[in-house]
Amino acid sequence: MDEGLRSELSKQGIFTSTLEDLYNWGRQNSVWPLQFGLACCAIEMIATSMARFDLARFGAEVFRPSPRQADLMIVAGTVTKKMAPQVVRLYNQMPEPKYVIAMGACAISGGPFKQGYNVLKGIDRFIPVDVHIPGCPPRPEALLHAFMTLQQRIDGQRLTGKSRPRHLNAEAPSEFPVPQFGAKDLEPPFNPEVWQPPRLVRSE
Amino acid sequence: MMPMQTLEEIKKRLESAVPGVCVEIVSNDSPCQQRSLLVDRDHGPQVAAWLRRDDALRLDYLSNVTGVDWPEVVTKQKIKVKRKVDGVEKEVEEVVQTRSGGYLEAVYHLYSMELKQGAVVIRMRTGDRDQQNKLPSLTPIWRSAELQEREIYDLFGIVFEGHPDLRRILMWDGFEAHPMRRDYVEPDDYEYEPTPHDSVLAKAKAHYPPEVAP
Repeated sequence: MDEGLRSELSKQGIFTSTLEDLYNWGRQNSVWPLQFGLACCAIEMIATSMARFDLARFGAEVFRPSPRQADLMIVAGTVTKKMAPQVVRLYNQMPEPKYVIAMGACAISGGPFKQGYNVLKGIDRFIPVDVHIPGCPPRPEALLHAFMTLQQRIDGQRLTGKSRPRHLNAEAPSEFPVPQFGAKDLEPPFNPEVWQPPRLVRSE
Repeated sequence: MMPMQTLEEIKKRLESAVPGVCVEIVSNDSPCQQRSLLVDRDHGPQVAAWLRRDDALRLDYLSNVTGVDWPEVVTKQKIKVKRKVDGVEKEVEEVVQTRSGGYLEAVYHLYSMELKQGAVVIRMRTGDRDQQNKLPSLTPIWRSAELQEREIYDLFGIVFEGHPDLRRILMWDGFEAHPMRRDYVEPDDYEYEPTPHDSVLAKAKAHYPPEVAP
């Protein structure tokens, strides 16, 4: 629609929009996070939701204690290998559309505990992550920034076509295999459909 | 308040209070110089009960239990020995092997809340690192040992006999190794190391594609 016409109409009290804008506007302003924390990053996540930083300004104040009612999983803290299947299972139990923020160095890569015997080297080995925030732990402002980044990503989604979001694509998976406890490690150690080690190329 | 008895005094009284016990004072070369009592494993619970009950000690608070893995170390040393060879005394070089380690250890740090004194450190050693990996549990004497003995069982593989609930605590059931042992081989998941160095670099290089690997 022509911007000039839209502006002219709005002066007369007539607001026009597209279904896509309305749909994305609604989704991006009522993202309900799942209420769970794994380690010290969870303390920053709690601080973000309290009065000083006030995540409620972005429509995300309702932390849900059940995955059935949540849209956003904030992986806040170290994911141990013993905990990883439970995190993946929680993600599987969330209804579409659903998003993941990997908060802090541990959730991204294992962080300072990377070489530990029981630390998963990043939750993106098992579930698709939308936004990564570095930091140890990230400040509440960083989590707000990640949240705003997620909102922009939701706003930019096209409802039709090849790049449409996963929940509108019947062929895209909404559940991911839960890793099993093996004798030495998780089996499989990562989901190759979600994560592949980046290829190293030596620069000349 | 009387100062706490020295380790030598405790050892002496212990030997008369618990007949047949074998106690040894283990020295410590580190700056803190905190020495400890090495107690034979058969008399462990009796010694622990006595330490808790004794009027001069009253060690009623167990602050910490930990494990130590001592892998077997064989050191070879060449020494010159005088020996008769064909009726003539000659100096002959001989290689002497000394073995040390080859056992697991549980270390208990004890304090007294009642007499405000401590710490007394006691140790127990297993027979070896494989089959004879059993020690008596001290959980019946200090309840606070329960979780920490489970942790030692999980990470070092010491089996505590008489423990009320000996299960793994950090790793899952069905995990086979004991990760804090010196010879633990971790799974090879070094396929992506953004800033590798030292030992991590060596492990990450095994995953480099051939055209990149030096």
